[in-house]
Amino acid sequence: MATITLKSLAHSYLAQPRNPQTHPQDYAIQALDHVWKQGGAYALLGPSGCGKSTLLNIISGLLSPSQGEVLFDDQVVNALSPEQRNIAQVFQFPVVYDAMTVAENLAFPLKNIKMPKAQIKIKVREIADLLELTDSLDKKAKNLSADQKQKVSMARGLVREDVSAILFDEPLTVIDPNLKWKLRRKLKQIHEQLNITMLYVTHDQLEAATFADEIALMYQGKIVQFGSPQELFERPNHSFVGYFIGSPGMNFIPIKKSEEGKKNEKDKGRVFYQNISLAISGSQQAALKSCHSTNLKLGIRPEFIELSETYEANSFPASVLSVQHLGSYQLVVVDFAGLEMQVRVAEKMQFSGAGVYLVFPSQWLKLYIDEYLVGEPVLVNKGDYKSENHE
Amino acid sequence: MALELKDVSLLVEEQCYLQDISLRFEAGSFNVLLGRTLAGKTSLLRVLAGLDKPSRGQVFYNEQDVTGVAVQKRGLSMVYQQFINYPHLTVWENIASPLQLAKVSAGEITRRVKHIADMLHIGEYLQRLPLELSGGQQQRCAMARALVKDAGIVLFDEPLVNLDYKLREELRSELKVLFKTRETIAIYATTEAHEALALSGTTTLLHQGKVLQAGLAQEQFAKPVNLYAADLYSEPPLNVFSASVDNGVLQIQSPTSLADIAHLCDLPNGQYQFAIRPNHIYLQPNNTASIVLRAKVDLAEISASETYLHVEVSVDSDQTSLSWTLHILSIMSFRSGSGIDIFLPLEDLFVFDLAGKAIRWPDTHSLEVK
Amino acid sequence: MNKVPNNKAWWLVLPMFLLVAFSAIIPLMTVVNYSLQDIFDQNTAYFVGVEWYQETLRNTRLHDSLLRQFGFSFSVLLIEIPLGIVVALMMPTRGWQASAVLILLALPLLIPWNVVGTIWQVFARGDIGLFGWTLNNLGIDYNYTSNPLDAWLTVLLMDVWHWTSLVALLCYSGLRAIPDAYYQAAKIDRASPWAVFRYIQLPRLRNVLVIGVLLRFMDSFMIYTEPFVLTGGGPGTSTTFLSQTLTQMAIGQFDIGPAAAFSLVYFLIVLLVSWLFFTTITHMEKSDNGNKHDK
Repeated sequence: MATITLKSLAHSYLAQPRNPQTHPQDYAIQALDHVWKQGGAYALLGPSGCGKSTLLNIISGLLSPSQGEVLFDDQVVNALSPEQRNIAQVFQFPVVYDAMTVAENLAFPLKNIKMPKAQIKIKVREIADLLELTDSLDKKAKNLSADQKQKVSMARGLVREDVSAILFDEPLTVIDPNLKWKLRRKLKQIHEQLNITMLYVTHDQLEAATFADEIALMYQGKIVQFGSPQELFERPNHSFVGYFIGSPGMNFIPIKKSEEGKKNEKDKGRVFYQNISLAISGSQQAALKSCHSTNLKLGIRPEFIELSETYEANSFPASVLSVQHLGSYQLVVVDFAGLEMQVRVAEKMQFSGAGVYLVFPSQWLKLYIDEYLVGEPVLVNKGDYKSENHE
Repeated sequence: MALELKDVSLLVEEQCYLQDISLRFEAGSFNVLLGRTLAGKTSLLRVLAGLDKPSRGQVFYNEQDVTGVAVQKRGLSMVYQQFINYPHLTVWENIASPLQLAKVSAGEITRRVKHIADMLHIGEYLQRLPLELSGGQQQRCAMARALVKDAGIVLFDEPLVNLDYKLREELRSELKVLFKTRETIAIYATTEAHEALALSGTTTLLHQGKVLQAGLAQEQFAKPVNLYAADLYSEPPLNVFSASVDNGVLQIQSPTSLADIAHLCDLPNGQYQFAIRPNHIYLQPNNTASIVLRAKVDLAEISASETYLHVEVSVDSDQTSLSWTLHILSIMSFRSGSGIDIFLPLEDLFVFDLAGKAIRWPDTHSLEVK
Repeated sequence: MNKVPNNKAWWLVLPMFLLVAFSAIIPLMTVVNYSLQDIFDQNTAYFVGVEWYQETLRNTRLHDSLLRQFGFSFSVLLIEIPLGIVVALMMPTRGWQASAVLILLALPLLIPWNVVGTIWQVFARGDIGLFGWTLNNLGIDYNYTSNPLDAWLTVLLMDVWHWTSLVALLCYSGLRAIPDAYYQAAKIDRASPWAVFRYIQLPRLRNVLVIGVLLRFMDSFMIYTEPFVLTGGGPGTSTTFLSQTLTQMAIGQFDIGPAAAFSLVYFLIVLLVSWLFFTTITHMEKSDNGNKHDK
């Protein structure tokens, strides 16, 4: 069991990468510093090609980084092989030893560390029970279905308790949706029982959010945000985080500052989308004041826009383009002065006509300058934040 | 123009892959085949494509029997899970290849390749090789090749499975737009209910080689024919309990009257299975008549904005405890093992008989799709 | 899976069918014809029924060479298959070294049989051949022309030199088809190199090894040119294998009838042994697979 530290880590697949400052495109991982604490459940989330699998393989030791260091606790492990690092890894596609039975597959890592036979038997039984593999213990692994095989792969990763960390590389890709629910829950329970550092790579935000205490969102070889799923959802610090987390992603409204010359009282503390003026908070105004960029956006999540069919104070008219019933919620696409915006509303809401009014609650209206979040009140204590509720 | 299956069965080595399937796909329609792995989706697509000959039954296209006609002559295209492109041809050549085979004039090819490539946002990569593209772009290229020849039928076999979920969202909405104006019959196989709902076409539920239900996805969501169909549409899985009804009273730990509930008041006496969706169980009483149960928290899975609460519940004192999931639309934390009260509004209850056949559905208000 | 019936495809098989008919079936029928008759000259032939077959089965010369043949073929398999696997395991997997080794390995396969015989005839000579000369100078009494054991070993060595590459190349391609993830998983599971071989590589080499064993068995069982050039079947009859015995009968003594009967028996033996190999191996696989059926 170990804390995993990455120190200015960079990796390029090219034989002779150029300077990372001038040619970041040569690098799959760019100058990364990060700490994964002992016993945490972490997710490494990002779109395909963002470098998350590369990073995982560097941590496990299957890949040697071009620059920087990987530390397990205080020991630099760059030169150590995967077996010396003492980690377990579960791969995206099932890797089973075809010629062995399921039981032999599960016993294999234990046999290799010379665990006594009786103990192996108990351990295999235990993990098989946990993943509901008991009935197929005596079957040859090659005769199993794809999702059964993946369960065997996972069980083999989980069977050893003495590992420093367990790494998962999109382990649920080949699993049916219904079984995914079950397995994810199992993983979570196993984590609570074993107190082993677990690192879970995925492109699915739901998988990441439900499994992990903290998510590292990767984009173009960098970790753009690290935080609890809720933080990533409620305070995405980069527009990409806003887009990638949440389904659908954040709505962005391109805005302009009020023109300096003809400033009047009414426009104070407001920004403009076309002719519509929107109120922003004091700290957002302050941030805006000192910047000269024209790449200004307001972001708001589809979940946080309030939609009603009657006019209220500070609401804006919009027209409904389409309503999609998606099971537990409805997705409404509206035309807000030429801008298409998506709004998530309750399953049972009914619409009588196309005209609706939108309210953008100020605490959920985020300001992005050059794609980065600015003007947020400083959080004194992360714990305070968690107790917040939004319904 | 329509594609029709009449009593199609497919048996391989005495194993039944498809059983007595009769379906009709109209021109210009977007159709979804929804089912778990091994439900028969791929087998059905292969029969439709003419890659497999059904053991019994016929396939009609434009009212003509095409049962034995080879795939090459059917004028259809197919998009697979894997990104299948010619690796040594550029994107342009890949997309143009079906047109070149069909001896379309050079000018026309250029025009159509450009058009479809722009529509799928790969217009700027036409001179690259497929392997120089990202996964999403590779699948776009494969889709462009399938769509460029304006085939009467386009079959999709879980085309988005290998893409990350943001790309799935994007391509899904693009697909819907692409087919809106076409006279093509599109058939799209998937394992995911939310995909069927998002595509919102005519949906066929498949289970063990049989058709469970056919119709609009939203309708199936609201009125599943049986417990299995209901479960296919419930993510996380549906919460089910069995109980008897005696003179309008639900016999559970604290017997509950069903008299005021529109869809339950006239339920005949007997034993039933009741089901409720995870997002319809609440932690606070609201104004509707509800069943109140004591539950033990098993595990709380917190996603970015929601909580999936797994609990142990016993509906009746002599019943074994059931594992249920609650889908709460906010973030809440719970200690594992703690006890909570949960509220099940009676108006949201589904009723199935003991064999799983649906008897009553909760009233749904908002189903019209604009 | 059921395929759409389309009978036109059979026409494509027709040319091949005709070719096989002329190259194999018709000559074979001629042999059958010979084996049932006693032929004196072009116009005189008597039908003798199965007499030649009876004689063949009783002929001790043939028994001896059949035994020698089996001994030789099994020795070949015993050496070449493990050696081929070992070579394949040691081959580099990428870079110019990989191509260089591939070419080097393919070289012996490109040399015609009689040239191989000639090369070894010279190579193993005690006076001017590098191999024979070296052995003699090391104090080992080696002479393949007079010592039956030396001759036998030389033929075996020659075959190993000539054909191990084939097994190695087959195994090499089999090894390349194993996804990297398997090796990675094994590393992480702390598998020993032997365990990696036993549980990952060997199971996945099975199919190519079936081909390798069959090819090497059939080929070595029918070996003719190389020992003929190298030793002429001697000294004595130590390296006279079945095919050579057959040739001596048919051409040397002009016993066409018995020779024909013998060829057919020979043919049946090859067929039978290959079939035995094949069915045992596929049976092993089937019992492994159980009754599972993949969709």
